[in-house]
Formats: sequence, C-alpha cells, structure tokens
Amino acid sequence: MSTGLVVMDPTGESAPAARTPLPLPASVAGKVVGLLDISKPRGDVFLDHVEGKLKAAGAEVRRYSKPTFTRPAPTALRQQIAEECDLVLEALAD
Amino acid sequence: MSQRYVVVVKADCPTCQLIAPVLEALAPRETVALWTQDDPAFPAVPGVQHDVTLKASFDLGVEIVPALIAFSGQEEVARCEGWERAAWQSILEDPTLGAELPALRPGCASLSVTPPHSERLRAERLAARRVTLGQEEDIQEALFDRGWSDGLPVVPPTPERVARMLEGTSRDPAEVLGDVPPNLVPVTVEKVAINAVLAGCKPEYLPVVLAAVEAALLPPFCMHGLLATTYFSGPMVVVCGPLAKAIGMNSQGNALGQGNRANATIGRALQLVIRNVGGGRPQGVDRATLGNPGKYTFCFAEDGDPKWSNLNEDAGLARNANSVTLFAADGVQGIVDQKARTPEPLCRSFAEALKVVSHPKMVQAADAFLVVSPEHARVFHDAGWSKEAVIKTLRDYLTRPGQELVRGAGGMEEGLPPALAERSFEKFREGGLRLVRAGGEAGMFSAVIGGWGASGTIGSSPVTHEIRL
Repeated sequence: MSTGLVVMDPTGESAPAARTPLPLPASVAGKVVGLLDISKPRGDVFLDHVEGKLKAAGAEVRRYSKPTFTRPAPTALRQQIAEECDLVLEALAD
Repeated sequence: MSQRYVVVVKADCPTCQLIAPVLEALAPRETVALWTQDDPAFPAVPGVQHDVTLKASFDLGVEIVPALIAFSGQEEVARCEGWERAAWQSILEDPTLGAELPALRPGCASLSVTPPHSERLRAERLAARRVTLGQEEDIQEALFDRGWSDGLPVVPPTPERVARMLEGTSRDPAEVLGDVPPNLVPVTVEKVAINAVLAGCKPEYLPVVLAAVEAALLPPFCMHGLLATTYFSGPMVVVCGPLAKAIGMNSQGNALGQGNRANATIGRALQLVIRNVGGGRPQGVDRATLGNPGKYTFCFAEDGDPKWSNLNEDAGLARNANSVTLFAADGVQGIVDQKARTPEPLCRSFAEALKVVSHPKMVQAADAFLVVSPEHARVFHDAGWSKEAVIKTLRDYLTRPGQELVRGAGGMEEGLPPALAERSFEKFREGGLRLVRAGGEAGMFSAVIGGWGASGTIGSSPVTHEIRL
C-alpha cells in the first residue's frame, strides 16, 4: 500500500487507528434504500433486479440517476440521496 | 573496572579534521569506539562506525563534536565536547596525546541537535500512536474525517511538529496531567502537545495550554458536568502575568474577539483535548441545547491594572506569577454606560446588566465575570475605589426582596418558591462575582460573562492555577 503523511494520534487511542466502516444493519426491512443509476446502457435492467430483491426483503426503494456516467454525481443529488435514504448501495461495475 | 570510551566526530567540522592524528592514534585501542556522523570515510582509520540515523549520538546526548565520553561499566564518568587537549589527555590517560595540536579548539554542533534531525530523533521517543494517511488522501479532509477537528481546519500533527511543540516546556512528555472526561482517559504532556499542534499553537504557548488542561481537571472546576450540561457554558481561560505579554496574548482592544493567535489557539487547544482525548463531543456526551461560539475557543489575557489586584493576587499568588483562571462561561453580554463619571451610577448600570444572568429572577445560581474596560475602570480609579469596593457595592445593589423573585412575580413563572417571598437574596453566591480588567483604551463599554447555572459545590467554581514553564 502506498503511504502518505504520518501524523500522531491526538485521541485517547481507544478506537482502531484505521477507520472502520459503519456496522451493517441486521435487516433492510423498513429501511429506505437508494439505488443510483449511473446512466450507462442497461444499468436499469440490473437495478430493476436489485430493486425486486430489496423489496422482497421488506425495503422501500428509491431510484436516482446521474445526468451522465462521465462525471461525478452533482452535489445536490448526493445531498438528496443522503437526506431521503437510510442505506445506499455503492458499487462500481462495467 | 576498566574504562571504555566513545568518540563522536563529523567530517564537516574543522576541529574534528584538526584532531585527525588523535583519532588515528586512538583507532587501534580496543576500548575506544569511534563514531562518525556524516562521512563514513572520515576519519580514515579502520573500525569507524557510521551513525547514519544519528541515534547513537542522540542517545549519548552529544551536543558538540568532537565529543569524548568515558564510561565505567554503564556509567558515564567523564565527557569533553570540543577539543581541550588537557582534558582529552587526562580522560584517555595519555599525557602525550595530541601534543602537537593547539591547547583548545571549540567544536561544531552535533548533527543530532541540528534540524531536521533533532526533531526526528526527539519524535522517535514519543509514545503516541502514529497514524499513516493514504497517499491519495487530502490531508485536511483526512483529519476532518477522523473527527479530530472542532469544525475548523487543524494543523496536521506530524511527529516533527509535536517534537517542536514539546520544546516549549521543560516537562517530561510522559508526565500524566490527570484523567480527561468524559471517558476519563489519562492525558500526558505529549497528548496535550499533539492537540496544541492541531489547534495551531506555537511551542511557547504550550505551558499555558498545559496549565489550562490541569486547571480544567481540578475537581472544583467540574469539567465532566460542564461538558455534559444542556447549558450554554464551556471553559473560558483568562491568562494573568508577564507570560501573557511575552507570548503575545491580547488583553487590549478586541481582547474577547478574533485575530490573536495565542488567544485563539490556547482556548481551542483545551477544547480539542476534551474532544479528542476525553471523547467529549457535541450531541454525544456534550448535551448543550444551544452551546455558544466560545466553545470553539474562549481565551484572553488580563490587562495588568496597577491600581487593582489582578487574578493572581485574588487567588493568593504573587502579583507577578503566571496563572490561568478557568471559568464555566457563556457568551458575552455588553454593557454601555457613557455618562457615568462617578462610581455609584456606574455600579447601578453594572448591577442592572448582571441581574439578567441566567434569568432576572434567578439568584444564587450562576456565577459571573465582569470584564471592566479601561475607561470604566478609570471612573473607579478617579474616585479611589478598589476592586473589592466595586464588588461590595454591586453585591448591595444586587440584593433584592423575595417578592420580586418568587414564581409569578413580574408575570413570569420562573422564580423562587412563594414561601421565600419575605426574605431577601443576593444575585450571586459568596465569591460568585469576579472582576477582571481587559479591553481597548477607548469605549465606555464593559462586559458581563455569565456562568453555568450550576455553580460552587453543586457544579463548577472558577479555578486559578499557576503556569509551570
């Protein structure tokens, strides 16, 4: 792994130095899950399938899409997703 | 036990070059270890060790090269830094050593005490965990993401910066100052130094930060409760004594405002210690309903007023001592009185403003600091009033009949139980009103800084703590 600047830990050092992901929810039932279509051809087919699975597990699904896959999602869209959803599936594929 | 010797030199030192014949004479001796700091080919004798990391020089405490150190067993028994012919001859028990050389030549600085090596070597001795950021990470964003900031950018606490910060105190980095709430984590001088770097302090501020942390951890200050309360308050730091001026603190115009590095970063460093070491975070254990902007930083210096006692003297210290006074403070409430030229009317204005601390009908609850500006202080000085006389008059003016303070009085439900209507009450508990001088030369403005509703033994009392350099 390439490494960058070394800094000294200012904390009480009771948590691991590496950042840990948030704990996974025990269930998606009752949660609002956001699916972001990055606007590549047939991405919607894949996301329809994922949506079906999530709904079967009791989740509410909201769909979003980026204007173009060539650029990062606009800030307003990212904020909207953060505001409206409990969970977001993040993935990268081609 | 026979002695052994260590000699440390560097090629980039004319004195070391001068004594090359001595080094050649010593090389065959089995009891002599020769270390060179820079050029492994100097001196050109067999068995020279290259102190590439400079750790050997650092651990030996070498400040000047050439250095000659004699050991008996593990114990150092003699040392000579620089060339002193007689001393080298005596230590090495060779009366002819370097006889052809001059009697005395000063040496050069050891690389181990020269930046950047000196900082790296000192940093290697520090205990705190090192966190390696990712090469692609933006440094500032990485520090925010780790939760180390109060919301404003912080200075990355590299080991070298922390080592430089620790130069500001003579105290041992490993010294434990106490347990920081809410998680009651022991805090060392070193951890405070790391947070002082984050806050943007200069090394010369560190003794003040250390004293502020120590003061916050004194039981009467009740830092845990102050952090956890829903009330507005946070720690305010007032620095008193010549050190305040020496490190460039502001006690004059805009003393309570922005723009002075020492004021801004010392108060911030204390808050960062509570946040990072103690784990006290807003909406975590910090349950403040609204908080106040002083919780980023609230620190200023007292303006030395020759006619009034200062905060040192108020706490029983010598006038010229250096101290921090901590107070569980809310925000600043201004008082304007541009007409008073005699003490009593000015005290009336002050009293009316002080009455509203917490609530106009609350008494014996919050403490208060009254920050008296120079133009208001002049009114008292012209009449020959001491600080104590001002406080006594304010206490008189702030003593009110229970009828005005009970529930329902003035149409307000807030107030004392009705049974207390026939008594009278002082606004502040004994010792709960403190005066401090600060501010610019122009302006008949003073300031009330109200305190946490839980004062004294049930909550926090102001504490004054002497600064150790």
